[in-house]
Amino acid sequence: MIDIVSHRGRYFILSAVVILFGLISLIAPGGLRLGIDFTGGTLWEIEFGEDVQPGPIREALESLGYESVVQTTGDKTVLIRTRELSPDSPAKSAAVEALSDTGGEFVELRFESIGPTVGAEIAQRAVIAVALACVGILLYLWWAFRQVQGAFRYGACAVVALTHDALVVLGTFSILGRIFQVDIDAMFVTAILTVIGFSVHDTIVVFDRVRENLLRFPNEPFKLVLNHSLFQTLGRSLTTSITVIFTLLAIILFGGETIKWFAITLIIGIVSGTYSSIFNASQVLYAWTEGDFNRLFGRVFRSRTPAGPDVQGA
Amino acid sequence: MTRHFRWLLFIILIVVVAVWVALPDNPGIHLSIGGTRIDRDIEVRQGLDLQGGIQVLLEAQVPEGATVQPESMEAAKLIIERRVNALGVVEPVIQLAQNNRIIVELPGVKDPDRAVQTFGQTGRLEFVGSGSTPLQLGELVTTTLGGPEAPATDQQDGETDAAAPDAEPLVYETVIEGRHLSDATVGYDELNRVQIEFSLTSEGTELFGDFTTENIGQWMSILMDKEVISSAVIESAITRGRGVIRGGGSGYPLEEAQSIVIQLKYGALPVPLEIVQTRTIGPSLGQDSLQKSYVAGAVGLAIVAIFMVVYYRLAGLVANIALAAYAVIVFAIFKNPFQPVTLTLAGGAGFILSVGMAVDANILIFERTKEELRLGKSMRSALEAGFDRAWSSIRDSNISTLITCAILIYFGATLGASIIQGFAVTLAIGVLVSMFTAIIVSRTLLRILFSLSGGLGRNWFPAA
Repeated sequence: MIDIVSHRGRYFILSAVVILFGLISLIAPGGLRLGIDFTGGTLWEIEFGEDVQPGPIREALESLGYESVVQTTGDKTVLIRTRELSPDSPAKSAAVEALSDTGGEFVELRFESIGPTVGAEIAQRAVIAVALACVGILLYLWWAFRQVQGAFRYGACAVVALTHDALVVLGTFSILGRIFQVDIDAMFVTAILTVIGFSVHDTIVVFDRVRENLLRFPNEPFKLVLNHSLFQTLGRSLTTSITVIFTLLAIILFGGETIKWFAITLIIGIVSGTYSSIFNASQVLYAWTEGDFNRLFGRVFRSRTPAGPDVQGA
Repeated sequence: MTRHFRWLLFIILIVVVAVWVALPDNPGIHLSIGGTRIDRDIEVRQGLDLQGGIQVLLEAQVPEGATVQPESMEAAKLIIERRVNALGVVEPVIQLAQNNRIIVELPGVKDPDRAVQTFGQTGRLEFVGSGSTPLQLGELVTTTLGGPEAPATDQQDGETDAAAPDAEPLVYETVIEGRHLSDATVGYDELNRVQIEFSLTSEGTELFGDFTTENIGQWMSILMDKEVISSAVIESAITRGRGVIRGGGSGYPLEEAQSIVIQLKYGALPVPLEIVQTRTIGPSLGQDSLQKSYVAGAVGLAIVAIFMVVYYRLAGLVANIALAAYAVIVFAIFKNPFQPVTLTLAGGAGFILSVGMAVDANILIFERTKEELRLGKSMRSALEAGFDRAWSSIRDSNISTLITCAILIYFGATLGASIIQGFAVTLAIGVLVSMFTAIIVSRTLLRILFSLSGGLGRNWFPAA
């Protein structure tokens, strides 16, 4: 039987390294490419009848007072990013005219324009939603595990695991944003919330087994019970993740362009979620229960007289 | 034995109904029960991102610090509904969001910008005093409402007229506006001439009373978006909040009176609305995405099915049957004629994702069964134990997913982000139905298999 719990130091360090890379990218300037859902502005994708160059398009819009970033997403299609353009305003009709003068007839593939207040709201709502999800999950797990000693810890460790996953996804997207110019939008927040849901789902399956084993074998040492539970749920965790990843791969390969990054976000989150359920959540639970943190900090503050019981970790 | 067959019958019934609902070209439900008639079509409602269309979020513009009355928002919503209906859009969606916003979705509309321009007009209604001379019908004037501003549109063709008229524009005083009007109807006076009868709110009564008392014999006009729609003389002070507008010697022509009354009641938005968010998807992009979603869904389902059979053998086959039932039932729920779920691209992704997660319940059960087998139990009792023990994991983990869905629905509700809500609702429905199919359907099938075959050997189920 594998002893996962004893090697927890290793896994903590691995997680820390992965998250650190992401954090560095996040903190550095241009951390997260925020899409118009958060900053407000216009995203306009149009398809012309003939090949076009971004330069003249940009100039045409600038002359109307709309500084824009224009990218080609195909020979004939361009993606325009600029400030808010309301469809019932004369500005948009003027822009339409200028564009058809420059590049010829075109078809509007998609047009999104968000006012600045709505953008800020979305950001705010996103943060609240994530916070609410965490609280809801904490409370539910506290209640569901009420028969076990130290019930609060299970919810807390699940939250630690999902925070790990959220950070991994954010960090990865910060890096992806730099390489592929991917924006964060409202769908990204949806993906993160889904990842959180899945991560907890996964973690709960492990904890559920821990609870059952603790109640069935109350006299076994905690470490043994944990390892046992982890081993028992390993097969299921991996298998479920594989099926979900299969379905997501199908979406990435065969689904439309617009849904691709959403699926990629989910895959990254689910891989991280599976990892965190097995290698993080239970380890934090163990470390907390067995007083690892006390000992760790006790060593740091060596000058203080050791207080409290001397807990022997097995 | 019979208990299991009863469950099987129940399941088959549900699946048959689901298949009938899910099939394309469904005739729908058309029948009469007692005195009531039910006429519903059963078809897939496609979201904006699939059939193309436009979604706008309108926000009420109020001065700093003021709040919008809920009645104003309700009235505004009704007015927009009328205007949108006039556009002939099939299945528009118009909803209130928070306390100062309206979501308008127009699926499949050919020229989204033009459509938005049509219903987005303010329709500002005002009564102004015009002194000793009447204003002409159709004239555009400047009023004190909203600050003196030059009339923005030339009445002929809607072009913006940049040059102001040569003389300094006269500013007319606005006495009351749309929100002061509480009702208007077409009525008849003692000589059976058509007149317009109106009543005012208490605030309107006061303002109107003061003005009419001081201006008897002067002219008043009713303006809609600064354009004169009617003019009349103030014959007496109107202090009780109820008044009539006579249309001159022979009264109003009936149609004109009716038109004015409609404008009084429905033409005026009680608050100006501004577009704060727009999303337009062109139809070609939408249809392309739809095709791709079908392919992705089919491929996803196929891969999972193959994997289940390879890994869990016969039990995997049973799980696949449960999965097929799952897919059909969920799709039928989306299509249901009483409260259909609009299918969006994200919703499709949610459905595909939930297929992967639906299998999870079965995986939990089968893995548990493997363990019980390892402990030496018989195939049958191992399966039963697998179902029993796995239930608490399934329940707890699915509830946490449902909590996340609830929060996603809340997150999307206030933003008109029906895309996010669509995803959450799809996922939630998927989770709930998967609990049913994974447990009830698989268990029934497996139990029946047992009773039919008199116990199967252990080699059709993979041991650890």
